Amino acid sequence: MTTTTPPTTTAGPASVVGALGRRLGTGAPVYVLLAVLLAALAITDPGFYEPDSFLAFIKRAAPLVILAAGQYMVIVSGGFDLSVGAVVTAGVVAGAEFYGSYPDAPWLLVTAGLLLAGAIVGLVNGLITTVLLVPSFITTLGMMLILEGAVFYWTGGSPQGVLPESFRNFGRGEAGGWLPWAVLAVLAVGALAWWLMRADFGRTLLATGDNERAAALAGVRVPRVRTLAFVLSGTAAALAAVLVAGFSGVSAQAGRGLEFEAITAVVLGGVILGGGRGSVVAAMAGAFSLQALFTLLNLQGVSGALESTVQGFIVIAAVGLGATGLPGLSRLRRRRSQPSEGKSSS
Amino acid sequence: MLTMQDVSKSFLGVRVLHGVSLDLEPGEVHALVGENGAGKSTLMKVLAGEYAPDEGTITLDGTVHAFSHPVQAQAAGIGLIHQEFALLPHRTVAENVFLGREPVRRGFVDRRAMERRTAELLAELDETGIAPHTLVKDLSVARQQTVEIVKALAASDVRVLVMDEPTAPLADHEVELLYALIRRLAARGIGILYISHRLREVFDLSRRITVLKDGRKVATLTTAETTADDVVRAMVGRELGSYYPPRADPAEIGEPLLTTAGAGNERLAGIDLTLRAGEVTGVAGLQGSGRTSLVRALFGAAPFTRGSMTVAGRPLRPAGPRQAIRGGVALVTEDRKGEGLALRQSVRDNALLVTRAVHGAGGQAGGVDGLLERVNLRSRGHDQEVQYLSGGNQQKVVIAKWLAAGPRVLLFDEPTRGVDVGAKAAIHTLVRELARDGMAVLIVSSELPELIGMSDRIVVMADGTFAGELPAGAGEEDIMRLATASDATPEGSAA
Repeated sequence: MTTTTPPTTTAGPASVVGALGRRLGTGAPVYVLLAVLLAALAITDPGFYEPDSFLAFIKRAAPLVILAAGQYMVIVSGGFDLSVGAVVTAGVVAGAEFYGSYPDAPWLLVTAGLLLAGAIVGLVNGLITTVLLVPSFITTLGMMLILEGAVFYWTGGSPQGVLPESFRNFGRGEAGGWLPWAVLAVLAVGALAWWLMRADFGRTLLATGDNERAAALAGVRVPRVRTLAFVLSGTAAALAAVLVAGFSGVSAQAGRGLEFEAITAVVLGGVILGGGRGSVVAAMAGAFSLQALFTLLNLQGVSGALESTVQGFIVIAAVGLGATGLPGLSRLRRRRSQPSEGKSSS
Repeated sequence: MLTMQDVSKSFLGVRVLHGVSLDLEPGEVHALVGENGAGKSTLMKVLAGEYAPDEGTITLDGTVHAFSHPVQAQAAGIGLIHQEFALLPHRTVAENVFLGREPVRRGFVDRRAMERRTAELLAELDETGIAPHTLVKDLSVARQQTVEIVKALAASDVRVLVMDEPTAPLADHEVELLYALIRRLAARGIGILYISHRLREVFDLSRRITVLKDGRKVATLTTAETTADDVVRAMVGRELGSYYPPRADPAEIGEPLLTTAGAGNERLAGIDLTLRAGEVTGVAGLQGSGRTSLVRALFGAAPFTRGSMTVAGRPLRPAGPRQAIRGGVALVTEDRKGEGLALRQSVRDNALLVTRAVHGAGGQAGGVDGLLERVNLRSRGHDQEVQYLSGGNQQKVVIAKWLAAGPRVLLFDEPTRGVDVGAKAAIHTLVRELARDGMAVLIVSSELPELIGMSDRIVVMADGTFAGELPAGAGEEDIMRLATASDATPEGSAA
């Protein structure tokens, strides 16, 4: 109906703002939340931003951040990975038992071995989910129980063996005397995840989580892509195990509850359960937020026993808000989308 | 007995029924025919209380009804047998028949009374082969249909029974049994409204035929005084729009890019097809004739299990979409949102999906801009999520997604479904351009004007195989005649 044909794409300032808003869209609240929490920490503990103290905070957060990156891959593809906490426990215990038998094993080899084992657990999770079509919730719940039971049977509840300093250094030591290895690990995992999600793999993973049928008809090897997400999650869990082992030492409870903390972190990052939407950086920011919140509660003298209660509230609130959306935001988005539909019918 | 007077109904401002009137006598089988989208199903849903009419009245046995819920229509004596059965497969026949109305005795379901009553109802219809305690999933499709009918009869004193394409799920030998059942029901004074595409059935069963077209009633004919040709003519006969791009010049049509010989699977048989470069081949047929099965088989999504196929001269009978894509075949499916797009992803990510999945796009991401311009996409930038685009623009993204992979053969299943008129013309033009660029194009469409306007030749399907082929410019009547002839051509249709 209009007299002139509109340009094919409008590249005005409005669309730049729109693109930025869209990019931040799903993740924006978590960055705000993180900023608020970090500010609150600064007020509560004036020494928090001393380099050592801040790096120590990142170091403590590192295992959860890495788990969240792995968990993100699975959630965004439309599944869950409940086995990661048990993988952490099993990794710590297996490392200790291994060193009990071979005290002189080089740390790099043991670390590589654990990562490989984590990848294999992920591969098994992925194949059971995609080939046998067992829902991932059940597959990984089963894997969690299997690993927990195996660890208990193997160690009788109190793991033997001592981890040598060379192995533990990665989790608690510093490179060059000041930069914790754990911080470097977080940076490396973050960069890798960010790059992966921009590469073919990440884009097809998102499309698969969004609409598996359409992805398959577009030639995506859906089982392969989804299995790979589990492999990445399992490997991330094994890396977290190495950090936890170094940081906290050997315990049969090393990874207890970490799977739910990781899921909470991912959800907090605005990633939608069921797949197809969310950013991995936001998921990792969600993990930092959760860690910051725990730290804050600790400083405020709130009992650590309440951590899981707080976590429960957070998960429900984050998913609830994500489902209903902030009313103002969604209305804005709807209005923005209308002109384009009007144009096309001219 | 039943009179529907001047019934009109609109959805979102689009009028799908224009003052349709219809009457039904006790014991009459009254057939309702028309092309896809003529308004048959809507009219029946108004009768069954699923939709409230905007205008018009429904009178049953002298009482004027205004149904606002299916339960009211059911209570008034109107039963509806859907194409898909509403039965619980893991419950018994009796439990299904009395679902929601179970007889109760001392607070418990009286199973014995329920089964006895079911047996009586079955016996009344001479359907003694069905035991009331059998699980529905263990019954054949035909017997499940009988249970569905008994369920409708048990619900109330049924005066009118609406049957929507009842033979569609049945095997040939079961159709006769259904005929017999319908005749027994009519003999009991029940009026039957019978919706079917298959003219042979309509002529076998009905006393009168009402023809709908584009939401209007064209005519009510007495079956004994009419011919299949008259009915077909009444079903079509409309002006063709003139906005289609010019057809291919014979010189533009080149080598065969896709061929099949004797191909088939569980839904298709004897498929001998040749798609040539530069040519647009239209595939016509009624719902369920195998059109969609054909494109899915060519694309490997529901592969051929018999026969041979070649793509661009090389033997390739794809066992999956990936193989077909690698061979140069692309499929724009009819279910755009369910199968064509990842709605929450951006325009760019959707457009690149095939390339990324199959060829590994890597650095090619820049090329997508040119493609989206080629399909004349109107969006607020390529970062916009496709769910916020109009249907026409979404379809353009789907087409761009396939063009990015550089296909030789393009298959379109209902390419303009849910697309507004302006975008429709744009898609038609684009499809013709792609053919002109040397691709082989196949279009499936329920809209005969579109099919006739776009195609250089038309293949008509019926019952999973090719019923015939027509040259460019064939009329709707020719197509409908081939499509409805089915296994038995009514006499005189050759005229």
